[in-house]
Formats: sequence, C-alpha cells, structure tokens
Amino acid sequence: MTFVFFFWPAGQAALQSVQRGDAFGLATRFAGLENFASVLGDPLYLASVEVTAVFSLAVAVLALAPGLLLAVMADKVVRGAAFYKTVLLLPYAVAPAIAGVLWLFLFNPSVGIVAAALRRAGIDLNYLLNGPEALLLVILAAAWKQISYNFLFFLAGLQAIPKTLVEAAAIDGAGPHRRFWRIVFPLLAPISFFLLVVNIVYAFFDTFGIIHNVTQGGPAQATEILVYKVWYDGVVGLDLGGSAAQSVILMAIVIALTAIQFRFIERRVHYG
Amino acid sequence: MVNVTRNAWIPHAVLLLGLALVLFPVYVAFVASTLTLRDILDAPMTLVPGPNLLANYREALALGTAGTNGQPVGAMMLNSLVMALAIAIGKIAISLPSAYAVTFFRFPLRRVCFWAIFVTLMLPVEVRIIPTYKIAADLGLIDTYPGLALPLIASATATLLFRQFFLTIPDELVEAAKLDGAGPWRFLIHMVIPLSRTNIAALFVILFIYGWNQYLWPLLVTNTPAMTTIVVGIRQMIGNGDAQTAWHLVMATALLALLPPIAVVGLMQRWFVKGLIEPEK
Repeated sequence: MTFVFFFWPAGQAALQSVQRGDAFGLATRFAGLENFASVLGDPLYLASVEVTAVFSLAVAVLALAPGLLLAVMADKVVRGAAFYKTVLLLPYAVAPAIAGVLWLFLFNPSVGIVAAALRRAGIDLNYLLNGPEALLLVILAAAWKQISYNFLFFLAGLQAIPKTLVEAAAIDGAGPHRRFWRIVFPLLAPISFFLLVVNIVYAFFDTFGIIHNVTQGGPAQATEILVYKVWYDGVVGLDLGGSAAQSVILMAIVIALTAIQFRFIERRVHYG
Repeated sequence: MVNVTRNAWIPHAVLLLGLALVLFPVYVAFVASTLTLRDILDAPMTLVPGPNLLANYREALALGTAGTNGQPVGAMMLNSLVMALAIAIGKIAISLPSAYAVTFFRFPLRRVCFWAIFVTLMLPVEVRIIPTYKIAADLGLIDTYPGLALPLIASATATLLFRQFFLTIPDELVEAAKLDGAGPWRFLIHMVIPLSRTNIAALFVILFIYGWNQYLWPLLVTNTPAMTTIVVGIRQMIGNGDAQTAWHLVMATALLALLPPIAVVGLMQRWFVKGLIEPEK
C-alpha cells in the first residue's frame, strides 16, 4: 500500500526532473557557457531585460495601488459589499490574452473608441508605430487583469486587522489619514510585499498572451519582454541553445524571487 | 467609535469608479459583438447595443472567420473545455494521493520526494517550454489532447496545497481510525476526502481557470486549426493589415472565451475565494 503511494509522487518527480535535466543538458552539454556569453553580450537581450524591468514594475504598481484603494473602500462599505466584491473579482477569470484583445480593441487606431476620444482631445495614439505607447497599452491590459487578485488579498488582509486597534487610535484622537498610514498600512506591509512578488512573477510570465496578441514584441522590440524573447528565439528563430540559456537565466530569476518570498513567509510565521 | 456615517458616499463613489474601470472594456466588447462590422468601422462606434447579437454569435460559433481557416469557434471552445477539465481533474487526481502519501506515510526518501515536488513549484511552464516541447514531440503528443493537458498537469502547486491542508488533520483522528481497524485506503476514502471537499472544490475552480486561460503551451503544441483552443484562436482572427479584421466576430469570440471561467468563478465564488487566499496566507 505504501508502495503505491510512494510510486505516484516519485513518478511525478522523475518526470519533472527529466524536463529540467533537459533544459540544463541543452544549455551545458553541447555548448558550455558559450550560449550564456552570447546571450548576455547581445544588446537586444539587454534591451529586453530593460523592457521587462520597466514593464513588470509598472504593472505591479498600477495593479497594486488601485487594488489597495478599492479594498480600503470596500472594507468601509456595508451595503452592497458582496455585489462590489463579485464584480471586482471578475477580471481574475479573464485570460491575459483575452484582456489584451479587449484593450487592443479600445485603443486600435482605426476602430477603438478610446483612441477616437483621445484623438478628439488632441492626443494621437498609435501603438502600432510608437514603442512607448505600445508598452503603455500592454501595461494597462496586464494591470487591469491583476487588480482583482490584489483587491481580494488586500481586502482579506484588511478584514484580519482587529477593529479594536483602529478604534483605540480613534479614541486617542488620530484622524482617518493618520489611522490609515500609522496603523492599517504597516499591518498590511507583509501582504503588500507578498503581492509585490506575485505581481512581478505574473508580469514576467503570465503576460505572454497579452504581448503576443497585442504587439508581438514590437514595434522594434519595444515590448519584447524576456519570456516573449525565449519563445521567439526558440520557436520562431530556432536558436535552441540561446533560447535554453535564456530559459535558465529566467529560471534563476524565478528561483531568486521565490526564495525571497519564502524567506519572508518564514519570518512572518516566526513572529506570528 | 470610528466615524463611518460622515462622507459615507466616498467609498461608494470610488467603488463605482472601480467597477466602471473593470467593466468598461468588457461592455465595449459586448456592444461591438452586437453590431455589424460596418457600424464598428464607422468610428467612433456607438455605445448602445445593436440588433445583431444572435446573428453574430451564431456566425462565430458555427462558421468562424477567414483568419482561422474556417475553424468554428464552437469547436475551439470544446477544445478549451476538454483541456481545462483534463487539467483540473488530472491535477487533483494526482496530487491528492501524492500529498496523502507525503503527509501520512513514512517511507525512505520521503523528504527527497517532497522536495522534488516542491522544486517544480518554482518553475512555471513558460520557463521550461523548449525542453517540454521536445519531450512532447518525442512522445508524439503534438496536436493531441494529452499533449495539451499532460505537461500542465505535471506540476506541484496542488500537491503542496493538499499537503498543507492534510497537516491540519489532527493526529487523534488518524489514531482513532486506526483503532477502529481502518486501513490507509479506508482512511483516505472515508475521512480525508470528505474532509477536504471544500478544498477540492476551490482547487477545481482555480485549476479550471488556469487551464482555460493557458496560452503559450497550446500555441506551441497545436499546429492544426482543429486543435486550437479559443484563447489562442482569437489571435488568428485579428488581421495584420492584409485582411479586414471581422471585429464584430472577434469581440463575440472574446466574450465567449470569457464566459465559462467567469461562470465558474461566479457560481463557486465562496469556495474559490477561500481556496485562493487561505493556502497562501
């Protein structure tokens, strides 16, 4: 009986170790460190690193701030709270690729209604031609989808804060702003940090669908984030070694991020 | 004590603004899916729904567009559904017993197994696409349902979540079952599975959405239009300048792609929220 149960996880683990083994095999056995050297020396790759950094930071900030604001507001509301919560939850279920399509439609230079409204206001946007504008569009689409996730976690965090603390501060004469910044916000810090890591990981990986749908990394690699480059170089460009080397670098980044996250979780468990 | 009555309208106003921001893109897509292509191209389009709702959806579901080689959206939805269900059910079916084994049994290499499972958590599919693709190709899984689902089943998130839940089952319960003469199978079926029913439901929702929304892997592993999932297929409908994009059908498809995961979340919201937040806290 024990053997049967042992067999499952062992088999699963074996399967996965093969998969990982291959990634390292491709990168190390055939070419040594050459792939890494050529990848890291490639100006296009470095540009992609920069784009990814801007992209994921912007997405994290734009998804976290509204999420927090809405959660604080939803925490105050009594009537209709369930309704707000349900609707704000919906984008979580939307595929990143579909979110990309929705925003693409709003900003499309020929048919998009937001693009038309902006043009009337004298702002002519064209994400097909202008790199920074394209980046802005994918950031908006990516952040839009992630707001509900952050909202949910912030709301749970807020509701876990004992009301007595806030009331004690109110009795001591602290105004609403002071109460928020001195008591509520510091208590939310752990969850904010957790969400920051989650959002960055999201921006790194799950946004592939948005990029592929909306801009295909263009114009002129302005929105080519690292995951997209791994896919493009490997599948379209057929540079398997380079692509695998990029995979390994990405893997190192994820492991670093996850390690930071677990460190922090441990610490939090420790302090109760 | 904390004054809530004064300025009570502010939270509502902010929340309504948030709702508008969340719903606006979806609403525009909905309106577009009820218009004719001519109405949409006559920019800026109206924000009042038109009369072509049923006609557009029927056309998209049954006929598809030129960009998808006439592959109807209905068939893509079926592919998505099969893939999402296979991933959700498969993952639960594998991770439940393996979490059970890691938690309740002592066998040699138990820690090694646990860590082997744990490490895979850190590596999303996107990172190991190329090697995984090679394996799938070697096994002849390209353009098949198993090819779509299997590589996504093989990851450990669910195992870890189940383990965390199993750890909360008190030892007394295990011992009581043992005293009553229940073997490991009986304990699993009569105690552990009923106890974890909510967790299974929550996990099902999360995994269903995860499976339905997969993009990169289906894009790689399917080559024939007949196997495309809806989330991937919509890309091919948006023209790249050579052909006029059938926006009304694209938007109808986008809404069709939104609907199943939203329905699942809406119907199972209670368990889903619990399942999403609790394991990560």
